[in-house]
This record gives sequence, structure tokens and C-alpha cells, in this order.
Amino acid sequence: MFKILRDLLRYNVEFLIGFVLTAGIFLFALAHFFAPYPDTAIYLLPPDMPPSPEYWLGTTSRGQDVLWQMSSAIWNTMTFGLTVTVLSRLLAVTVGMVSGYLGGKWDEALMTVNDTLIALPNIPILLLVYFVMRDQMNWPVLALTAALLGWNHDARLIRSVVLSLRHREFTRHAVFAGMSVPQILIRQHLPYVMPVVFFTAMNNLIWAIGLEVTLSVLGFSDINRPTIGGMIYWANQHQAIIAGIWWWIAFPIIAIVILFLGLFLLAISVNEYIDPRSRLSRMGG
Amino acid sequence: MLAATIDAPTRTRPVLEVENLKAYYQMNYFGVSREVRAVDDVTLTINRNEIYGIAGESSSGKSTLIKTIAGAITPPLRVVSGSVKFDFGGSQLDVYARPKAMKAARWRHLSYIMQGSMNVLNPVRKVRHAFDDFAFRHMGLSPAQFRSRVEGHLKRLGLDPRVLESYPHQLSGGMRQRLTIALATVCEPEFIIADEPTTALDVLVQQDVLALIKDVQQRLGSSVVFVTHDMTVHAAIADRIGIVYAGRLVEEGPTDDAFARPQHPYTAHLISSLPRLGDVSRRKALPGKPPNLSDPPSGCRFHPRCPLAIDRCKVENPPLVSRATGRVACWRAGEVEVA
Amino acid sequence: MSVLLELQSVTKTFSIGGFFDRSKLQAVKGATFALDDTRPEIFTIVGESGSGKTTIARMILGNETPTTGTIRFMGEDVSQLRSRRRRLAFMARVQPIFQNPFEAFNPLTTLDYYLYSTARRFLGVRGAAADEALDKALNHVGLSLAEVKGRYSHELSGGQLQRIAVARALIPGPKLIVADEPVSMVDASLRMSIVNLFRTLRDDLGVSIIYITHDLATAYYISDRVIIMHKGDVIEAGEARAVLDNPQQAYSLALKNAVLPPDPTAARLALERRRSAVSAV
Repeated sequence: MFKILRDLLRYNVEFLIGFVLTAGIFLFALAHFFAPYPDTAIYLLPPDMPPSPEYWLGTTSRGQDVLWQMSSAIWNTMTFGLTVTVLSRLLAVTVGMVSGYLGGKWDEALMTVNDTLIALPNIPILLLVYFVMRDQMNWPVLALTAALLGWNHDARLIRSVVLSLRHREFTRHAVFAGMSVPQILIRQHLPYVMPVVFFTAMNNLIWAIGLEVTLSVLGFSDINRPTIGGMIYWANQHQAIIAGIWWWIAFPIIAIVILFLGLFLLAISVNEYIDPRSRLSRMGG
Repeated sequence: MLAATIDAPTRTRPVLEVENLKAYYQMNYFGVSREVRAVDDVTLTINRNEIYGIAGESSSGKSTLIKTIAGAITPPLRVVSGSVKFDFGGSQLDVYARPKAMKAARWRHLSYIMQGSMNVLNPVRKVRHAFDDFAFRHMGLSPAQFRSRVEGHLKRLGLDPRVLESYPHQLSGGMRQRLTIALATVCEPEFIIADEPTTALDVLVQQDVLALIKDVQQRLGSSVVFVTHDMTVHAAIADRIGIVYAGRLVEEGPTDDAFARPQHPYTAHLISSLPRLGDVSRRKALPGKPPNLSDPPSGCRFHPRCPLAIDRCKVENPPLVSRATGRVACWRAGEVEVA
Repeated sequence: MSVLLELQSVTKTFSIGGFFDRSKLQAVKGATFALDDTRPEIFTIVGESGSGKTTIARMILGNETPTTGTIRFMGEDVSQLRSRRRRLAFMARVQPIFQNPFEAFNPLTTLDYYLYSTARRFLGVRGAAADEALDKALNHVGLSLAEVKGRYSHELSGGQLQRIAVARALIPGPKLIVADEPVSMVDASLRMSIVNLFRTLRDDLGVSIIYITHDLATAYYISDRVIIMHKGDVIEAGEARAVLDNPQQAYSLALKNAVLPPDPTAARLALERRRSAVSAV
């Protein structure tokens, strides 16, 4: 594992840049554990201070330090995004592989559910959940709901990969080598599905973070918990742009763009590394 | 016609001269450097009006050799040294000194017959479009002239011109392969590269396609480089054959001599291992496996599998030397017993 | 005699085409033959693409169900093997060899995984006992476990991979091996090692082999009996030498004449004959 990391860092520029960007953002988010102020406290500091040696990224109209708010916000947003991604990947892989390999009735039933979910509009569903849950609404519930909405396109993609693998000779060979269905799916097909999972995970993470930002900006989430969307929500509430408090909005957006860029570069370079076919083609087989 | 414009002295010149050609795949990936010597010091000439067969197993470098001859190389494949010179109708063309001129000569003077006909014919366009795409701009004819030229060419090859209005999937595999031959020969090129054109075909169709290639070649007086691993196909169609093993030319000669009196033990094995109808005597298999070109054996690359190998073979690479009728690279050339 | 495998007027019809123009394709039209249990043999099915030979192989292996007719293996109807236990018992006695050795092994899995899985599932052995079973099977094909363990398919040649595939098929001690075009993707210098191996399996291990090919030359070389298929019909059947030396049907004769002899003079003559036959039409 360490050796792979070292090889990637040394020989793959995309990975190096992606690693530095993502690691930087991650370390920054990690720093919120050492924040001098609790992240939900307000009016602790003089409001609307521009960036200065004392408050590096300035303070908000609510008397919070933008630097430490952002640190917590990124942490929370990343936690949300990763939770959605992991949950939805598990769903997509399970449904896609079972549906593609077993075919027949299983495929029909699972794909009916899948296509129904594709047809449902995401934002209204999430708003509906928010209105039903009201005060009980917290981020794990939101993450679960988002995960349930975010797997279906990728399940179809994975199903098509497995569908083509099912007719490959090595699958028939595996059957005659006495391998069971879970063995075939996990040992034989999963390595082919993993690049799809990695790549869709990237898209899904961006989608989930975007969804969180959208909902928070509109105020349809737990607004007291600092998130990137939540920061923009409060900045909007205080008309930060009109008031000229640009640092309240600019820095969260810069942070999220760097995070997206870093994750994207990581995804493409890791994908290339784990896919031995592209590696072999580079070696000229 | 083209044949008339070629004056007598140039006709005797070989159409292709390859000298000391070395083409390697050079890669550096995640700290692992690899150099695959796919074409290692190949020298050969191809005369006008002949079919030259290149025989070799998978990953022997035969496909790389013809790619390099056609100037169709892309990284990581690089030509390390050597030259490839064509002589089309008196005009010299050095593939690696003047790549632009090579581009202009494609299809007009040099064309290809490929293995997968579906790779050449676009499945969603009519066959006619393939002719437009490949040949029209090389011919300098008006659309009407071009069309009648194509139809005339198809008729000469025994194909119904109505196939032009079909889609590839409506035609049989054999018909598609015949169309790719028509496509490759419509400009009446002097040099045709045929890369395993019969490998994926059924036996009956295979013979028709071979007959067609021979037919076209004789009609046009072109030179054909015919690449296949199938020795029986070489027996039927090639005037001369070159045997490639691990990136090197190990034997070359007129087909009849190579089959009757193979000089190199590898050639001898390839020929004697062929099963024939009416003969059930046990055929020997060659031990070992084809070498890995990124880590080839020292000396003669065939020595680990060679029944005649001596100590010298392990250290010294035998040069390709001329014999009575051809050339061979073996320290014990001619000592092989043919079953 | 006891019957190993018996096909009785087996047909297979596929429906092809799209939504509006469904049509039927008769891939196999009434195939009947039987293999004897006491006398192992190499039984060859010769045909071009589309002749139905691969469909027959798939039906014998239980991957397709005949539309009509029955296939019995040691008295059991192959299409009735529903439960996993009975399927496994069947697979222990009938094993396949596939066409493309590079495709038959997952390039992302080590080769020995297939071997160990076979040993565990069919022989119920693990660890040292499995190693021993593997080594024994690999010895039959001229390899050893040490050469194969931990290797991936791209590290070996097509001939070696095909031998490993044969070794894997031998682990459960099968009665029948169904080999669909097993040498068409193997290098010329290694091809005979596979073909000769089939002879050895028949003679030394008493395994019957159904050898499916389009190549009459190797068919002649190793077969005991042969059937020739054309567009789903079995047009000729019988003792291999008799059928191939003296074909009765026009199609089988054409097929025989299409085999290019490995001798330039004769091969050119064959091509010349074909050319004049074509231009005469």
C-alpha cells in the first residue's frame, strides 16, 4: 500500500497535485478539532472584520471567525458527502451486480425499482422529507435519503458491465470450476466493476456535496450545524455581498473548488493505476 | 494505366528496401522501464510483382514489422535506427526521412487489407461511402468517373456493383472481406499490405479470398506483403517467405525451397508440425514457449527451444547470411532433418 | 454397452430479430449420436461458423436447453439438472475447454484460483491435499504447480494456458471433456502439444473428448469418429478416416478440398482449382 502510494506520488503528476490539494483541505478540516471557539457559538468576536493578521480570513456578520467556521464546515460537508457516496455505492454495486448476473426475474424486479427511482425528482423528494421530519431532521437522515436517491444511474452502469462479463468465457470457466455465485461476483467481476465504482464515486461525491450545498443554501437542513452550504445560507441572510463582506462567501467557494479539483485528479490517476489493462497497454503487452 | 508510365529500368528495382530496421517499444511507467525489441535489425527487399509472405507467431513482432514498414507507428513504438525506402514508379520515398510524402502515397501507391473487415467498413454507412472516404481523393476523378471506375473494378473482381448500396451487416463475412480487398486495390497501388486477411474466415471463404488476392495481384502486377501465422496459406500464395522469430528475420527464401529444404530449425519445425489429411503419424510439438520480447534469450533467440542448440548459440547471435537460394540466421543452418 | 452420452433428435431453435420482425433460426436440426462409456474416444464435430457445432457443445454442457429431443449423460437428462448439488455432480464428470485461453482465465485473478476452487468444490480438499491434487493434474499436461502458482494469464503463453485449462478440467476426474475450438487461438508451434495431449488423455486416463473444430487436418489427425455439420444438419457421420478419406456429400467434399496442403505445389494447385471453379460460376 505504502509502495503504491510512493510510486503514484513519484511518477504521476496528476496524483501528486490531487494528493496535495485534497490532503491540504483535509488537514485544514481536521484542524477544527483544535478550534479556539465552539463552532456553533455566535457573536463571540467583533462582526464583519475583513481579513487581517488577527482574523486571517475575517469574521462573519454573526461574529464568527471565517477560518474556523470553514474548517468545521468542510469537515461536516465532507462527512456528509462521503456517507452518501459509500451508502449509495454499496447499493449500486449490489443491485447492479445481482441484476446483471442473475438476470431474468431478479433483473426485472430490481430494474423496475431502479427506473422508478430515476424518474423521481430529487429536490422535491428531499424537501418532502424535510417537511415531514421537521425538527427531527439531522444530517444522517438527510444522507440516507440522498443515498437512496443517488445510486440508480450507476446501478444501471454496473449492471451493463456485469451483463457483458457474464458472457465472457472466464465466467463460464469459473462456473465449471465450481465457484458459487458470490465467489464469481466478488472474485471475478468486482475487479472489473471497481473502476466504475471509483469513477462514479467521484461524480456521486460531487453530486452529494452539491445537493447538501443546495439544500443548505435554501435553509432546508440543520442550519445551526456549520457546512459550506450553511455558511452561504447565513451569508445570504445577512446580505453579505451587498454589505461587501465578500470573504464570507469567497473563501468557502474557493475551498470547495479546490476540494473538487483534488478529488477529481485523485480519481483519474488512481483509476488508471488500479486498472491493469490500461497499465498493460502502456507497457505494450 | 500506371504500368505504362513506368519506364523499363525502374521496373527492375525492388519496390521496397528495408535496411537494418530496429523498432522498439520504449516505456517508462511508474518507475518501471521496459524496452520491447519488436523489430530487431531486419533487412529485406521486396521485388515488383511478387507476394512476400511474412510468417511468425503471435508477438513475434510481425505486426510491428509491417506497421513500421507502412510508417504507421505511434508512441511508445519508435524506430531506433535503419531505413525503409519505397520506389514507386521511379520516385524514391524514404518513409522515415520524409513522412509527409509517405502520407500522400497512402492508398494511391500503398494500401492495406486488414483482418477485421468490420473495422474498415463503417457499420452505419453504406459500402459506397467507404470507397468515397478511402479512395476518392487519391484518384483525381470526377464523382461520375470515380463511380464508374469503382463499379468496373468490382465487376472485374466478380462482385456485383449493387453491393455498394448495402450496409455492411447485410453482407456475409466473406463478402465483406472481398469488399475490403476491392477497396484496397481500387487505386491500383503498387504495394499492398495484407495483415492476416483470412484468419477469421471460414475455410471455404478463406480459399476464395486467397484466390481473389492472387488474382488482383497478378492483374495489377503489384507487390503484396502477406502476413499470417498459417503456414499452409503461405504455401498456397507466397512466392517468397520470411520467417520471423522474436523480432528477427531467421530465414527467407523462395516458398518452394523453404518448404522442401528448410535451413532453420524453427522453420523446419513449423512445417513438419503441420497435420495433413491422410496422415496420422504423431507430430512433435516444440518444447518451451515463444520468448518474451522485453527479456529475450541471449545469443540466438531460438536456442532455448532448439533441438540443435550448441554452446555457441547461447552467446553469439547468428547473422542472417545468404545461402544458395535465400538467407538464414543459424549457426547450424541446413543440418536440420526434415520429417 | 453402457452409454456415456446420448443425444436423441436434438434440435435447437433461437428466435432472433427485433420487436417487429421476429424470425426463427434453427441452429441444430435433429442431432443424434451416442458415446460409449467403456471405450473412450475422441469424437469430433466439424463445421464452419453457423453450423450449430458450438450450440451442440453448449447443450451438452447444460448451458442451453434443447428445444426438442433429449441429451442424456449417464442416463440423466442434462436439461433436468436443476439443483446445485446435481449440477455439481454433473460438472464433476463433464468439463469444458474453451476456445480462447486468454479469455478463459480472468486476467485479474491468479490462475491457481481456478485450480484450487475446482479441487475444493469437487474433491473437497484444501491445503496440502489440494496442492497434491493440483500438481498431479498439472503433471498430466507437462506442468507443475510451482510453475503455475501465483501467476496471471498474461505471464504465460496461449499453449501453456490451454494446458492449464486442461489440467483444471482433469482435477475432478471427468469422464468427458468438451473442447470447443481449443487450438484455433494457440500459436502454431504450440498447437500440436495440445492436440497430442488429447490423445494422451484418451489413451492414458480413459477420458472421452468431444473435439469441436473447423480444421479438418487436426480432426483427421486425432479423431476416432467424426460428424460433419452444415447449417444445423448432421450431413455425415462415421469413423473418422472413412468419412474424411471418402466424403459422400458435396459439402464435405468441398470442405475437404478447401484444406490447403502444407506443400507449395499442391497448395497452389488447390487454389488454382478453386479459382477456376469460382470463375466458371
